[in-house]
Amino acid sequence: MILPGFPDAAPLAGLGGGILIGLAAALMLLGMGRIAGVSGIAGRATGISNSSLPRSSAWLFLLGLPLGALLVLAIAGDFDPSFAEPFTLVIAGLLVGAGTKLGSGCTSGHGVCGMSRLSPRSLVATLTFMVAGIATVAIMNAMGLKVLQ
Amino acid sequence: MIARQLPVLLAGILFGAGLTLGGMTDPARVRGFLDLFGDWDPTLAFVMGGAVIVMAIAWAFQPRMAHPLFADAFALPTRRDLTPKLIGGSALFGVGWGIAGLCPGPGFAALVIKPMSAAIFVVAMLAGMVLIRITEKDA
Repeated sequence: MILPGFPDAAPLAGLGGGILIGLAAALMLLGMGRIAGVSGIAGRATGISNSSLPRSSAWLFLLGLPLGALLVLAIAGDFDPSFAEPFTLVIAGLLVGAGTKLGSGCTSGHGVCGMSRLSPRSLVATLTFMVAGIATVAIMNAMGLKVLQ
Repeated sequence: MIARQLPVLLAGILFGAGLTLGGMTDPARVRGFLDLFGDWDPTLAFVMGGAVIVMAIAWAFQPRMAHPLFADAFALPTRRDLTPKLIGGSALFGVGWGIAGLCPGPGFAALVIKPMSAAIFVVAMLAGMVLIRITEKDA
C-alpha cells in the first residue's frame, strides 16, 4: 500500500510492527504485571538500575529482541540499513543512555506503555523527546550534517 | 519457573519482531520520521499508533485483574510529578535519538542486523546510564 503524498512510507508494515509491539507490551503488562520499557529493562539486566523485575527475566526480554529481529529477517529477507559512524554512535548512545536514565524511560516505556495509559509523566516525556528529536534532525539538516551513508 | 519466564522471552521476541517490521531498526526510517520540516516519512506514526491502540485495550483490562496471569502482583509506576529531571532527561534522549536514529529497543534488536554498529551504540548507551548512576550517587 502506498500512502498518497508519501511514496517511501510503509504504513502497513508500520502498523503491523506497531501491533506486534503493542502485543508484546500487553503480554508484559497482563502476563507479568510490568511495563515493557526497554531502557529500564536494560538497566535492570546490567545491574545499573534496581527494580523488582527478576534479573533473569530482564535478560530474557533483551535476548528476545534480536531473536524477534531474526524472525522478521528470515521471513521478509535480509535488509542492510545504513548506520552512523562509530564516533556518532558513541555520542548518540551516551545521550540516549544518560537521557533515558534521567528521564525514567524511552520510546517504549513512555511512548507506548505510558502514553496509552495517559500517564502525565509519559505524555510530557514523549512530547519532549519527540520535539528534541525533530529539532536535532532539523538543525543537523540545516547544517548539512549527514550521519547515514 | 519456566512458566514465568517463557512469557517474558515471548514478549521480547514479539517486541523485537515489531521493531524490525515497523522500521525502527532502520535509522534512515527513524530520522525520516523526525524530519518533520524536510522529507517527512510518516511510517513511525503508524508504528506508534498501532502499539498505543493495542496497549490502551490492555490497560482497560488491567484494573479488572486481581493479579497478572503469570506473576503474583502488578508492579507499575505510580508517579505523576513532572520534574526538571524527567523533562531534561527526555530532551537529552531525544537529541541522541535524532543524531543516530536509534533508541534502546532497536539498538538491541539491531545486534543481528548491523552487529558492530549496534554493539557500539548499546555499549555507549549503557555507559551513559552508568554515568548518571555514578553522578547521582555522589549528589
